[in-house]
Amino acid sequence: MSKKQRLLIFLVPLVLFLVACIFLFKGLFSDPTKLESALIGQPVPAFTLQDIYQPEKQHDASIFKGKPMLLNVWATWCPTCYAEHTYLNKLAAEGIFIVGMNYKDDRKKAIRWLNELGDPYQISLFDKDGMLGLDLGVYGAPETYLIDSQGIIRYRHVGDVNDQVWNNTLLPLFKEMK
Amino acid sequence: MAKLLFICSLLMPGWAMAAIDVYEFDSSEQELLFHQLTKELRCPKCQNQNISDSNAPLAKDLRQKTYELVKQGNDRDQVVDYMAARFGNFVRYDPPMTPATVFLWLGPVCFIAIGLFFVFRHASRPKAKMQVSELATQEQEKLNRILNKDNTE
Repeated sequence: MSKKQRLLIFLVPLVLFLVACIFLFKGLFSDPTKLESALIGQPVPAFTLQDIYQPEKQHDASIFKGKPMLLNVWATWCPTCYAEHTYLNKLAAEGIFIVGMNYKDDRKKAIRWLNELGDPYQISLFDKDGMLGLDLGVYGAPETYLIDSQGIIRYRHVGDVNDQVWNNTLLPLFKEMK
Repeated sequence: MAKLLFICSLLMPGWAMAAIDVYEFDSSEQELLFHQLTKELRCPKCQNQNISDSNAPLAKDLRQKTYELVKQGNDRDQVVDYMAARFGNFVRYDPPMTPATVFLWLGPVCFIAIGLFFVFRHASRPKAKMQVSELATQEQEKLNRILNKDNTE
């Protein structure tokens, strides 16, 4: 057996082992409950939903055109939504356009929540039956979608938006969007 | 009176049943399809449960949607595609081959192929020749000396 062959026999398992190590090590820090949206690169699905304050006012998918914005899915039954609400208020104060979608909730409770905690949403949709939620693939509130000026979904974040998530993940993507 | 109420409460196990969803179908094929689908669609919220198993509100919505789609006459693939278009391939317990999963499908075949390659290479290699020791002349002389020494003793 030549020296080269011998070296190869030792090196190949070592390389395989190292690759497996990297793969498994990465697995330690990935969160399997965070799923990538199936709608990345696709327009916001068609919908007609009532405004949360005025039941007679209807919104459709055309509200997502014109400028980059966030779509925040929230509900009063969701504790994490409560946690992120202050941060959303802060973003709204900085001039970020946020559309809120109240998901499978009670209108009265939702309005009380917005009155008491502040309303960061330029437009508030009321998705009582979770129809738009289902079309968006919402599987856990809160979820925040980045939508570009053409109404195309560019990113979805599952979980609360906080300083770290905004500055490290969402803001760079938001700035990139047109 | 209290006794009577107690007995009445015992006679009403039917109340507990009210929580179970009742779905009505036009045909037994549809019913079968519905049960098959709710067992093979995975709940995105409570991972590792299918939507039939799970009590999560989302699973309930997905069951309802599956029911509506089946009732409208959609076949298995149409319902699965509908869910996958919204929740991604995660909802399939039987994932398709995509660039991300190709290794899972072809990996085992690759490993078997590599194994077979080594087995056959080993088998087809000419049997190692019996090592006929060709001793150097010096060593032969040395051996002879030793043997002779033994003989003389």
